[in-house]
Amino acid sequence: MRSVRASFSQVPLVGWLLSALVAVTLEHLVGAPVALALGLPRVPVLFGFLIMFATPTLIPSAILYTLCIYAVPIAGTAWLGTPVTNRLAAELFRLSKVISVAVHLFLLYAVLHLWAELSDYRVLVLRLTMIAIMVTLSLNVINGYMGQFSCSHPGFMALGAYVASVFTVVLFVDDGLFGPAWLPPFLGPFMFPIALILGGLVASFAALAVAIPSFRTRGDYLAVISLAFMFIVKSLIENLEVVRGPRGLSGQPEWATLPTVFLWTVACVWIVNNFVRSTMGKALNAVRDNETAAEAMTVNTRRTKIVAFLFAAFWAGVAGGLFAHVLGYVNPGTFGIQKLAEVLAMVYFGGLNSVYGAIVGAVSISLLGEALRPLEILKWIVIPLLVILVMIFRPTGLIAFTDLNVTNLIKPKHSPDPGV
Amino acid sequence: MSLLRIHKMTHSFGGLRVVHNYNVEIRSGQIMGLIGPNGAGKTTIFNLITGMYTPTEGQILFDGKIISGLQPHQIASLGLSRTFQNLLLWRHMTVLEHVKMAHYSKIRYGLLGAFFGTPKRHREEAEIEKSAHMLLDMMGIRHLSDQVVINLPYGAQRRVEMARALATDPKLLLLDEPTAGMNPEELVRIMEVIRRVHDELGLAIFLIEHRMKVVMELCETIQTLSFGEVIAEGTPEEIQNDPGVIDAYLGTATVI
Repeated sequence: MRSVRASFSQVPLVGWLLSALVAVTLEHLVGAPVALALGLPRVPVLFGFLIMFATPTLIPSAILYTLCIYAVPIAGTAWLGTPVTNRLAAELFRLSKVISVAVHLFLLYAVLHLWAELSDYRVLVLRLTMIAIMVTLSLNVINGYMGQFSCSHPGFMALGAYVASVFTVVLFVDDGLFGPAWLPPFLGPFMFPIALILGGLVASFAALAVAIPSFRTRGDYLAVISLAFMFIVKSLIENLEVVRGPRGLSGQPEWATLPTVFLWTVACVWIVNNFVRSTMGKALNAVRDNETAAEAMTVNTRRTKIVAFLFAAFWAGVAGGLFAHVLGYVNPGTFGIQKLAEVLAMVYFGGLNSVYGAIVGAVSISLLGEALRPLEILKWIVIPLLVILVMIFRPTGLIAFTDLNVTNLIKPKHSPDPGV
Repeated sequence: MSLLRIHKMTHSFGGLRVVHNYNVEIRSGQIMGLIGPNGAGKTTIFNLITGMYTPTEGQILFDGKIISGLQPHQIASLGLSRTFQNLLLWRHMTVLEHVKMAHYSKIRYGLLGAFFGTPKRHREEAEIEKSAHMLLDMMGIRHLSDQVVINLPYGAQRRVEMARALATDPKLLLLDEPTAGMNPEELVRIMEVIRRVHDELGLAIFLIEHRMKVVMELCETIQTLSFGEVIAEGTPEEIQNDPGVIDAYLGTATVI
């Protein structure tokens, strides 16, 4: 068992990505016949979870399918290809770090794209998961890195979603509410980043209203004020007839495609990771662990807190804008207490003070939420139970207090002692 | 000209007057001691100097500038650093991160640098790291630089705090009981460190201490504080023989 683990720890990241690529290509080629042969009604969209819960008799077939298409090919190619992929990783690493990162990201995107291509449902789940990563990561900056407790993230998302939606719908869509489009639609995809950034900036600006009063003092005021803020935003939008109030706003053009969402997520992870690893970002940890000491060591604590809060709000706003354009519809009801619970669960499940943790938390809770969908209402018992268990056994979350070190990630993994 | 000059400083918490008419003058390069029984107001004076409290009355001048009323981080950036009586370290951060953090006021790359990892940021971070390593060397804790502080023994934590205080590039260092809780062996070593810091960096040091051995050996001038008022000021010998000081520490002998 240990030797198996040891030999797999030699596989570099590029090896795993290439193996995943093999697996998804395999699914493209033989997925449908294999599913048919195993007696499954169609290719399982989410690793067979949905089928398992819907018809328990098909559980063995679903597991077999996942083994045949994913587990065995991935493990096999990763293991067999270790020498080759290690050399490839080494070559890339020697060439340039930027190129190496670009190749890794390209491979990752290729895997996701091929995987998602088989069904619209996968595309949707994938995009929502990536948006969840952005939201979780940005909330982790406040709740994890800075150690404050903020509840206003759904509010920031709502602001971002509505601002971006109004921007695109007014400018590029012939809409019953706002009248004909102002600009030709072919400009749209180029203007979309502006819409998202605008949404982020508005969220960030609104965050000032929370940050200024709550960071004047120390203590738990932020939790209360930010919760109030979330409800204020929700009822404000519900009462704004300009954007159809509680009925919601629809007609957003479908510009939040998989590559767009992927690029924004990568940008978000990259920038947040840059920030939290700089000495300026570490000031957040200093403020969390001991504010008096931070202040005595020349850290402008108030500015640090406000900047981090606005920064987090910005990314929540961007994520909200993407969210609205993925669904093509937003209503204020989405951004309520349930959304808050979901995001908080992702943050605390994945791990505080960690970019990895945020990604793991967002992905696992999102996928779990989808996989357990057939359980209907029971889903909201199973997921919180899991979060509670994590809280008991690992109070700071699954992967807390770990830096995301890109250089270590893309490095080739040579055997420490090739002789043995 | 004196580096730190406090003129008639008084501070009260509500109705309780903890510091009364306090005066001090510290020249650059001087080591000054502050002693007194528990609750005399020594730490309060440090908190007042570093801006954690604002004095009710009086003026604090540092390097010719009035600093009373400034934010603590502004005062610290001017070159007035301190350690704490009860070690205030950042429990999730490594030793190196501690010392790097105290360079905060020297960071010039700004938010854009922090967000996008510009070359300027990498250059500055490398410089900060170099300077941090130098300080860790000086404190003799370089081999611990990747350890999380919470795992370190007490003596090493004290050194981390000292290295961190020095990283702000101070002109005056306030040490609040640097030897508290140390065994005799650690005590000797920390005294060496303080002397080295003083000699090599040419800092002025203002020191609160309970152990007479330390104060008498290190300080050129000593102030004795009792109930918020200075009752004696002078060289170690003068203080040792001052009847008022003996009285404050031991109480008056009343023979019936």
